[in-house]
Formats: sequence, C-alpha cells, structure tokens
Amino acid sequence: MGLTYQSSGKGALREDYLSCNVKGDYVIALAGNPNTGKSTVFNALTGLKQHTGNWPGKTVVQALGNYKHGQKQITLVDLPGTYSLLANSPEEQVARDFICFAEPDATVVVVDATCLERNLNLVLQVLEITSRSIVCLNLMDEARRKKISIDVPALANKLGVPVIPTAARNGEGLTLLKDTINLVAAGTIELNPRRLVYDAKLEAAILELAGELEPLLPPQINRRWIALRLIDGDYTVIDGISKFLEKKLIKEDFAS
Amino acid sequence: MTQPVEYGGLNQIVKKAAEYGRTQGEGVRDQIVSHIYGEAEKLAATVVTCSNERTDWDRKIDNIITSRFFGYPLMLALLGAVFWVTISGANVPSEMLANLLFGIEDWLSSLFIGAGAPGWLHGVVVLGTYRGLAWVVSVMLPPMAIFFPIFTLLEDLGYLPRVAFNLDHAFKRVGAHGKQALTMSMGFGCNAAGVIAARIIDSPRERLIAILTNNFVPCNGRFPALIAISIIFVAGGVFSAYGTLAASAMVVAMILVGISVTLAVSWLLSKTLLKGEPSSFTLELPPYRKPQIIPVIVRSLFDRTAFVLARAVAVAAPAGALTWIFANIYIGDLSIIGHVAGWLEPFGRAIGLDGIIILAFILGLPANEIVVPIMIMGYLSAGSMLEFDSLLAFRELLLSQNWTLLTALNFMLFSLLHFPCGTTLLTIHKETGSLKWTVLAAVIPTIIAILVCFSITQGVRLFNLL
Repeated sequence: MGLTYQSSGKGALREDYLSCNVKGDYVIALAGNPNTGKSTVFNALTGLKQHTGNWPGKTVVQALGNYKHGQKQITLVDLPGTYSLLANSPEEQVARDFICFAEPDATVVVVDATCLERNLNLVLQVLEITSRSIVCLNLMDEARRKKISIDVPALANKLGVPVIPTAARNGEGLTLLKDTINLVAAGTIELNPRRLVYDAKLEAAILELAGELEPLLPPQINRRWIALRLIDGDYTVIDGISKFLEKKLIKEDFAS
Repeated sequence: MTQPVEYGGLNQIVKKAAEYGRTQGEGVRDQIVSHIYGEAEKLAATVVTCSNERTDWDRKIDNIITSRFFGYPLMLALLGAVFWVTISGANVPSEMLANLLFGIEDWLSSLFIGAGAPGWLHGVVVLGTYRGLAWVVSVMLPPMAIFFPIFTLLEDLGYLPRVAFNLDHAFKRVGAHGKQALTMSMGFGCNAAGVIAARIIDSPRERLIAILTNNFVPCNGRFPALIAISIIFVAGGVFSAYGTLAASAMVVAMILVGISVTLAVSWLLSKTLLKGEPSSFTLELPPYRKPQIIPVIVRSLFDRTAFVLARAVAVAAPAGALTWIFANIYIGDLSIIGHVAGWLEPFGRAIGLDGIIILAFILGLPANEIVVPIMIMGYLSAGSMLEFDSLLAFRELLLSQNWTLLTALNFMLFSLLHFPCGTTLLTIHKETGSLKWTVLAAVIPTIIAILVCFSITQGVRLFNLL
C-alpha cells in the first residue's frame, strides 16, 4: 500500500500552478469579473509585496502578493478577471484549474455591487467547485451613490458563504474581509454553499459519473463538478485531472 | 516503475460522459448556462432594491464620447492635449537630468584620465557606453514619467474602453478585431508591450494581424525623435507656446498616418495572408470611476516607466560602446561608420534620406531611442555621441548636412513605419513561436517605409514642390 493522497499533504499541485515558491500559512485565490475592482482589492491587501509572472504553460499573467494578518502569513493569488469558469478562454481555464486543483485555503470572489446579477453567475460557478468561498461585495460606495441597496445578510444566507461589503478604494470593509479570510481558511466558519441543482436527467448522469470518479479523486476535489464538466464536453478539465493523478502515482511509487 | 499511466479507468469515464453529452446534442451547455443565469437572476431579484430616481450620468457621457460626431474629434483633441502636456512638461526635467548626467561624465572622464587609463578604454566606457546611457535616460525618462501616468489615469477613468469602442467599427471593417484598438494603444507606450497585449485577442488570425501591425504606432523610443525633429522643422526651433502647439500637431499628424497605415495593412493582410471573417466580441463599457491618483502614479512609474527604462538602458549600453568603436576604427582615412554610410548613400538619397540616417536606423535596431544619437555621431564623425543641450545647435548641425523639410518629413515617416526594434522582434518570436511571422513583421513595415518615402521624395522632386 502506497501513500494515500491525504498523507501527501494538502494542495499537492499548488506549486505546479504558481510562478514562484510560496511559503506561509494560507494560500488564498482572488477571483472576480473584470472591472469589479479586483486589482484594487489585491493591491489594498498586499501593498507592494507583489510578484508577477506567467501561469505555467500559459500566456496569462499571474500576480502573487503577500500580507500578514492575525499572526498568519497569507499568499494571495490574483486570478485573471473572468465572467465565467466554463473555460471559454485560457484565462477562464487558468482560474478554474487553480480553484479546483490547487486547493486554495479560501477563494475570495470580488463582485461589483452595482451589477450584482451578472456577477452572481461567477459566484455560483465558484461555489459549484469549492465551498471555501467568501464573497467580497465591492464598490459599495458606488452602489450607494447609485442608490442601489443590497440585503447583505439575505445574500449571505442564500449563498451559504460569508458576504463582506467593501469599498476597497477607501479601505472600507477590508479588515473584516481579512478576518473572514483567516476564519474560512482555518475552517472555523461553518459553510453551507448553495449548490445548483439541474434537471433530473442531468442530475442522474452527474451522480453516476461522480460515483465512478470517486475511487480516483480525493474528497476535497469536487467530483460532482468534474463529472458535470465532462458531460459538458469540456475536456480541458482532463489536463488538470491527469496532472493531479500523475502526481499521486509518483508519490505512491516512492512509498512502495 | 509505474506502467504507462491509465489513471484507473479515467478514459472509460470520459467516454461515458461524452456519450451522455452526445445524446443530449448541443443542449447540455445551453442547459447548464441558462440554469446558472436563471439562478443568478432570481437571487439578485430577491436581495437588490434599486431606487429609480438615479440619473444615469455614465450613459449621458457615453452618448457624447462614443457618438458619431464627437467621438473622433474628442479622441484627437485628447491625444493632442496629452502630447502637449508631455512635450511642454518634459523639457525642463530633461535639461536638468542632462546637466546632471553629463556633469557626472566630466567627473568620470577626469577620473579615468587621472588614473592613467588608456584612451581607448576611456572612449569605450565613458564616451561610448556612459554617454549613450546618459542620453537615453535624460531624453526618455521625463516624457515617460509624464506620459505613462496620464495614460494610466485615462485607463483608470474608463476612457480607453471607449476608444476601443470608437475604433472597433474601423477595425472590423478592415477584417481585424476590435480589441486591436487596445493593443494599438499599448503600442504607444512600447511596441513589445503592445505585442504582448495582443494576447487579449482570442482568434489566432486576428491576433497575428494585431502583432504584425503594432509597430505602426510610435513607441516611447521614437517619440523623442519625432518630437525633436518636429520642433526643429515645424516650429522653427523655438520653444514657445506656439512652437509646442505646432510640434504637438505634427506628432498627432504622424500618429494619424500610423493609424491609417495600421488599418490599411490590416486590411491587406486579412485579404491575403490572413484571410477570414472578423470575430465579434462583447466590449463592456465599465462605469466611469474617479481614478486613484496616487496609486496610479506609483504603479505606472514602477511597472511601466521603470520597466521600459531598464530595458532601454540594457540595450543602449552595449550599443553605445559598439558605435563608439565603429566610429573610431579607421580604414584608410574613413571610419567604419563613414565607409558603410558612403555605401548606403545612393539608397538613402533615393528615398529622401542619406547614408548616415539609414545606418543610424540599422544600428538602432536594438532600441529606437539611440537612432538620433548615432545619427549625430555619424554627422560629426567626432567618434562619440553628442548631447544636444540646445536644440538650436542640433538644427544647425542638420542644416549643415543638407537637411530640408523633405528630409525631416521622410525621417519622421521612416521612423514611424520602419522595422520594429530588436526587443519587439524577439517578443513577436516568443509570442508567435514562428520565425516566418517574425521575419514578416520586420519585412512588411520596412517595405512600406521605403515605398512611402520613395514615392514622396520622387513626387516632390518631380514637381519641385518643396
């Protein structure tokens, strides 16, 4: 019996997705639509401690940043700004693979409070992949100016993950965001993310395939989501799985 | 050893999934997407309340900025204003930097001579390498430090997507991608950056068009030369409000020529080598936002200005040394530069330039910003790059070399249209992964530059216009 996946440590693939080595307590992914102030949040949290490179094997820019909060050293990974995670472009693929296979300790989705509906598409897709999510409801100042009001507790309740209203430009809400990131990463907060339920026929197919994927993939990799992607005919996800399994096999090999 | 990886039945599962997908036809993706959108809509409806009394300023502004009548004139006016600020603001710090850096040169010189260093070493290190560096820094840094932050502010404000929106139609008409307007804008900073920016275009065909035509907009390495020449020959060599204005107008005119050539070549490419229909895309017009002035300035200074400057310095140092050596090795009674320039002279004359100018453009391949210094060095045959602290002195020098308004015009056009710099070519090679497209990226502009200059020169000479 070789090493099980669990003993090979969390985020076995992380280093394959990052353009430089990171040390620290938590790795946090930052996702969001373009023009939501995602970069502002990134800059506000990390200051000038940033590193830019390319996503390995892709011509997409990757930015990493560090900050310290509550005794924890945190590495923030700025994912490319995308409208969806359906892998229509290299950017979407990169963002999706990182959330799914690199297993960040938490994923923050920055959304534009002034056009919530469009932004929720991405949030729902992220929640389909990972439960360790936080919604950063940014541009609250602009929403107030436009007289748009959002029932934050209701939204958090419906999504089943924390929703933090911020105005990153003025630093509003950032401390709460950092606190929440630490809590979610540490697993202190109970999360119960809203999952999309498709029609019965599709659900049955998902369930069957997810069952077959079970012996292959560890529990923290979302098998239901991978089954859905495969049914969708999205084979870009296979790259990610193969890379993951290869790593697992190598580890088992060393152990035996 | 592990067997060739089969991943315990992954292939089987994939096959099964594909089968399920096939029985659903095209429907699965649609089903998934519409389900997600439906959920998002429902969710948003329950938590968002929107008061109706808000006035939609954004849309009102957009209706003017992207309108048929005001769109282009506003863009031109803004471009002109940006250059006016850059040109008029860059002179003072440029002179101060030049004074400082050339003061250091004197000190270095006396250090070398005091230490008894041989003349050639002093020549290569101080008169070649250091002087080349000093020239590049003092001429390039101030315009960049002004131009980049202004550009970034416009970006932050949300104006650049509107520019793309305005130009989208024109680019689509010539068979290219609307986003090419954005990569072209990046090219104003640095063509290598513009080539990298072409990654935002998904279709490989349209991406290649954007890459191949990017150098038709002048980058920061070429702006100083364009600006200096237009000040001398258009504004009569005087620094005054009027001169700055005329010079800005000339630079804007050059940019318009560049954009026209970009469109023309894009059209030609999409009708010949890169045939195809333009793909459509959704361009989101983001809301206008108050730019964050301080972070923008800091970021653009660190990320753009420092980056471009570092690159220029890295290239200019060896080029400066090499030029000094070529200008100081004599074969017979002429330096190597003199010989080569003499050989290039007939060709240069035919397109309204001369041998030295052609040689300067060729030697300037590593970085466009050293073209003018090399040219001056060639004219003086003094064996080292001169610093034209006074533009009047530069004018005298050019006039004594039989420069006319025609030469100036051809110089600017050639600078605008010729082959991209070495860094850009390397970037093109890296981005396309193909030697063929890299070579074409150098050959196409060069042919166009030669044709344009040749036609103008022959036309003017034939009809005795200038």
